[in-house]
Amino acid sequence: MASAKEIKTVLFGPVFANNPIALQVLGVCSALAVTTQMATALVMCFALTFVITLSNFFISLIRNHIPSSVRIIVQMTIIASLVIIVDQILKAFAYEVSKELSVFVGLIITNCIVMGRAEAYAMKSTPGMSFLDGLGNALGYSLVLLVVAFIRELGGAGSVFGVEILPLVSEGGWYQPMGMLLLAPSAFIIIAFFIWVLRTFRPEQVEQA
Amino acid sequence: MSSNNDTISKTLIVVISLCLVCALVVSTAAVQLRPLQQANMLLDAQTNILRSARVLDGAASAAKVRELFDQYVEERVINLSTGEFTDKDPMQFDYRASWRDPELSTQLSKQQDVASIRRAPHYAPVYLVRNDAGELTSLVLPIHGYGLWSTMHAFIALETDGNTIIGMNYYEQGETPGLGGEIENPRWIGQFEGKRLFDEQGNLALTIVRPGNASDAYHEIDGLSGATLTANGVQNTFTFWMGDKGFGPFLSKVQQGALNNG
Repeated sequence: MASAKEIKTVLFGPVFANNPIALQVLGVCSALAVTTQMATALVMCFALTFVITLSNFFISLIRNHIPSSVRIIVQMTIIASLVIIVDQILKAFAYEVSKELSVFVGLIITNCIVMGRAEAYAMKSTPGMSFLDGLGNALGYSLVLLVVAFIRELGGAGSVFGVEILPLVSEGGWYQPMGMLLLAPSAFIIIAFFIWVLRTFRPEQVEQA
Repeated sequence: MSSNNDTISKTLIVVISLCLVCALVVSTAAVQLRPLQQANMLLDAQTNILRSARVLDGAASAAKVRELFDQYVEERVINLSTGEFTDKDPMQFDYRASWRDPELSTQLSKQQDVASIRRAPHYAPVYLVRNDAGELTSLVLPIHGYGLWSTMHAFIALETDGNTIIGMNYYEQGETPGLGGEIENPRWIGQFEGKRLFDEQGNLALTIVRPGNASDAYHEIDGLSGATLTANGVQNTFTFWMGDKGFGPFLSKVQQGALNNG
């Protein structure tokens, strides 16, 4: 079994040191699509956490039996099954949110983070560590998603989790919302700022020109 | 990885057993959860019908919605081309499935398809809402049309004159949140209240105009800033559904008093 230090690296490394969105720039598509509101972003984070931890776990569990010629398809089958289950659960227990997330839950299948961790980590590591690696990457993904969603919802709609913080002009308040923040390109800009800030504090992440 | 993983027999065994396990898990989840999902969808539709008819304001518990719906709302299926009620059992009639069924819908030509819905159904459900005394107070019609990048589904509640709008409610759409998505905003959709669909000659007169330009108290609605194409989609939805291929024949029967006899 791995040492406590190794567990810590695997679990918390992907949050800042090796963030899947900020450093590896993976999974950006869903970070654009579901971050107009905190609530949908949060549900998306849970959905991704569920899929990536379990897919890492199960793939690692059978890693010694996966024929290398069909390993990508085997990984995809496991990931796709988990995504369908998440989608079904959301439709049954969180119908309103599932309507808003619509196709993006299904698109977790193509989220590069899930696939990337399966191929890069779970195929070589024990189930326990793979589970933690999935959890760590999900945390890193969730952190970025929630930061972006917070900025976009607060700036674009004057609310956080649907609760009004800045009273809008259209509702008789003083805040003129920035419509730009609700459009997908704004997420690119916010993620870029996130990466900039992160690399200012961690210069080792800057790529050599 | 041991090398014997790559033999054909091992590959087949792994792939087939994995597929079986995954198929079993996925289908179990789907079958087990289906009743809950269907209940959610039905509840969602009922809530929105009650909201558009102003029987319900805001949110309510599932039990309350069901109770109100059973008490005040009667669902009927109409034949859209004749505008007559049919004997079809609304519980057995799946409206959305009928849009794809060649026996229950017709392909629309480009000129006819103003709301970009591709196929026109032959039958549609209508919801008759009564008050405590059992008198008919409103009828709720389901309408849908394409906006900027999604099909927008709504219920519209009309008074028994088949012309005055009681309320309207978009319940399913994928327009840009904060821009086109504002069609769900009660402040915008509230403008429809008290408006008239048709002018005195019986032509569709309800118009969505540029934001801030609505002047006709009965027929004009302010559009949405930054969502011109979504607002056009709403306009097109009305053009189609209040026309001959939509609820036009039914509404002209209603205007002649068809509901008072039945």
